[in-house]
Amino acid sequence: MINLFYISTEIFLSLSILTLLLIGVFKNKSELFIYNFTCIILLVGLAININLKPEFPIDLFNNSYKIDYFTTLIKSVILISAFLVMLCSLNYVKQNDILKIEYPILILSSILGMLVMVSSNDLIVFYVGLELQSLALYVLAAFKRDNILSSESGLKYFILSALSSGLLLYGCSLIYGFSSSTNFDLIYQNSESIEYGIIFGIVFILVGLAFKITAVPFHMWAPDVYDGSPTSVTVIFAILPKIAALTVFINFLYGPFLEMFDQWQAVIIFLSIGSMVFGAVAAIGQKKLKRLIAYSSISHMGFALAGLSVGTNEGIQNSIIYLIIYLIMNIAFFCCLFMLKRENQYFDKVEDLSGLSKNHPLLSLCLMIILFSLAGIPPLAGFFAKFYIFTAVIEQSMYFLAIVGLLSTVIAAFYYIRLIKVMYFDEQKEKYDLNHSIGLKMILVISSTIILIYFINPNIINNFVLDITLI
Amino acid sequence: MNFPIISSLILLPSIGALFLFFINSKNITGIKYVSLFVSIINFLISIYLWLIFDQSSYEFQFVESRVWIKDFINYKVGVDGISILFIVLTTFITPLCILSVNSSIKNRLKEFLIAILLMETLMIGVFCSLDLVIFYLFFEGGLIPMFLIIGIWGGERRVYSAFKFFLFTLLGSVLMLIAVISIYWIAGTTDIEELYKLGIDPKYQNLLWLAFFSSFAVKTPMWPVHTWLPDAHVEAPTAGSVLLAAILLKMAGYGFIRFSIGLFPVASEYFVPFIFVISLIAIIYTSLVALMQDDMKKLIAYSSVAHMGFVTLGLFTFTQQGVEGGIFQMISHGIVSAALFFSVGVVYDRTHSRRINDYGGLVNVMPKYSILLMVFTLGSLGLPGTTGFIGEFLILMGTFKKSFLVAAIASLGVILGAAYMLWLYKRVVFGELTNQKLLKIIDLNKVELSILTLLALSIIFFGFYPDPFSNTYSVSVENFINEYNDKINNYNLQNQ
Repeated sequence: MINLFYISTEIFLSLSILTLLLIGVFKNKSELFIYNFTCIILLVGLAININLKPEFPIDLFNNSYKIDYFTTLIKSVILISAFLVMLCSLNYVKQNDILKIEYPILILSSILGMLVMVSSNDLIVFYVGLELQSLALYVLAAFKRDNILSSESGLKYFILSALSSGLLLYGCSLIYGFSSSTNFDLIYQNSESIEYGIIFGIVFILVGLAFKITAVPFHMWAPDVYDGSPTSVTVIFAILPKIAALTVFINFLYGPFLEMFDQWQAVIIFLSIGSMVFGAVAAIGQKKLKRLIAYSSISHMGFALAGLSVGTNEGIQNSIIYLIIYLIMNIAFFCCLFMLKRENQYFDKVEDLSGLSKNHPLLSLCLMIILFSLAGIPPLAGFFAKFYIFTAVIEQSMYFLAIVGLLSTVIAAFYYIRLIKVMYFDEQKEKYDLNHSIGLKMILVISSTIILIYFINPNIINNFVLDITLI
Repeated sequence: MNFPIISSLILLPSIGALFLFFINSKNITGIKYVSLFVSIINFLISIYLWLIFDQSSYEFQFVESRVWIKDFINYKVGVDGISILFIVLTTFITPLCILSVNSSIKNRLKEFLIAILLMETLMIGVFCSLDLVIFYLFFEGGLIPMFLIIGIWGGERRVYSAFKFFLFTLLGSVLMLIAVISIYWIAGTTDIEELYKLGIDPKYQNLLWLAFFSSFAVKTPMWPVHTWLPDAHVEAPTAGSVLLAAILLKMAGYGFIRFSIGLFPVASEYFVPFIFVISLIAIIYTSLVALMQDDMKKLIAYSSVAHMGFVTLGLFTFTQQGVEGGIFQMISHGIVSAALFFSVGVVYDRTHSRRINDYGGLVNVMPKYSILLMVFTLGSLGLPGTTGFIGEFLILMGTFKKSFLVAAIASLGVILGAAYMLWLYKRVVFGELTNQKLLKIIDLNKVELSILTLLALSIIFFGFYPDPFSNTYSVSVENFINEYNDKINNYNLQNQ
């Protein structure tokens, strides 16, 4: 008998998606209702998920679906951040004419896809989850369909992502061919002798996944897609798929391919160094905040990958902490973006921040904290994220990676403090609106406070990941 | 457990800053009084700490330790005879900075004072921390408020200077971070007391020393990475320049004693010639550069580089006199350079010019100012009877023990120092009063007079009677030298 209790989150989300679709089809003007209801569904899903608390790993559906502490934690993180994203982008969605019934439902389906991805213990289940997630995101990227940039970004994302999915599928088939199974555990058992077919398969899968988390050299879509999509979708791109894809990275690397550590380590280090350096250098010349944050997230993914490349439990745990702090910083950053509006028009250029500190001292204080934290300056949370990663990296004596990584933070610091310079040292412009929703303000203030005072007791966040032991 | 006096020293300014944050920014008097009150209380606490400090012991005192990051890092603070003086220096200079904002800071006063108070927290934290990671946090955290102080309230080229300051220092420090983490994995702890006992394997020491050096050399600043300092000094507002010169530079000198020499004695011994050479270059070269400056602040900034050259020279002699001289020179320079920057600030507020050529004949219109500036000038060039003399004299004594040639060249720096300072004084204070603007200039007001008098008195008093300082650090320094020699001897024995 399969214990369906452990996938009640997924079941609940699927049922809600269907119900919301029905409501949307039969009831007129139900957009706002569905949007709000989606927020509630996410919260309820979160509650169900937290309630699971699996004491030991549970395998479902013929061992193709796995529930353990790690996946539950990641699912909770995904659900919380989805909720926060929905909450802070409500006004933006309303004012930009993208509040249609499909919008929240697509987000929900993409989240459902992510949950499946995170828990998958089988190549096919994993692929189904990945496609559910990606298909919903393609539509979301092009959601402002009258806007040429948005359509372009949707198309671009679709084509390039389909290409990467193709590579990934090819990798899966190679793995299946050489290990005669799609199940992660069986692949692990069957791949003890190193066969080149499997190594090829791993490389293809890594390429596909690197595409999803925008690691260099598979990053080229990110700036255009981030820039073209509506900001409320950009924030989803910047956070949710990255958490899911990075978890899948961990599931793959430290699951079926653990034996081939020596083979894939170099690939991950290459991805990591490339992302850290390229993300830092390319962001310097950017004039739009969304493009800038796209490059910055490329660079941040490089750091998270650096944690994965060391092959220890500490490395994984530190990557997860990095991811959690990264998402707090990003949500806060996008909250600031949502606040840059004047008469229902939103601004996203660097020069729009000019002199912000004179007109909006509190907003610019928060943004300053976020930017210093993104740059990794102590004692803010962003510094600790990097500090943990490099602790794990240096433990394995990977000094080259550590030095390159830390030098790239210096380069990256340049463009972050350039934004601070624009806010604090430049001449002021017109005021922006102040009528933001209370949820948006709350999220901004709370997340900046967390970033600021994380150092007082780092154990609160760190304790979550201590129980993750995959090796 | 006893009252956590060190933690309260560290925290009090931050609490004051938090309190300021909630005061209405229009209530200027309230803001000033609150910040002044907080910093004076902090000064009194540090004086009390100095009084109850046991001078006959070289152990760390008032140590507080509690778990911070589980199984990884402890929050550990404490003071010994060396660090306590820097704490008193910090708490002494900060209220003066706050007093001086009256005339120099026109806009966003509240934010400025918050930044100064946060800076105080971080600076005290640097001198108290007994854990490498905690030290790094405080050391690097200072970047944020200082960046803002230079960038928001600075002069015309403030953006360039702020960026240069930020990126130079950050670049130096990331290598130190790698070294800190490496030490954790090599020795299994980042606790300084334990690291002193355990020692670090000599085969790693050279690289680790270089990594720490890269950070401290930028901060000290040593030639050739000193170029951020003149820019930062020139553009920063008066209070910012004072903090930078008086205390921030001392963090690096303190770091050399506590970490570079204390943790890596073998490497330090190995790199002595290197340090001597760049210290000498710093002394001679920057003194010559200082001679040619036509901007007062720049001149003093270059003189700071030269004086810090003396400090590194003294510290790396590893003799009782040299190290004591280095410490004394840092304290003395902390007071003297603060005084000089305050003095420049006084005339800058009145005429908005820092160019030496715009001045001349000030003695006719500002007699009080001229007298006080005389004291500071003499203090800076090291006239006997001022604190500057004792520091330089001890350093040269220590250096003579090591190498006659180095000491002889360094003495040349003393002469050059006298040359540029006296020439500066002559051009600013004496001569004809040619600039019409200066005719209407008014002499020091009460606040300025009290700040400068206090500094002048301490320069002269401790110049004649240095015992309060030297009694405090002598036992610690003696122990420091002994431990250093023991470690070197052990290493030499093992290699024979």
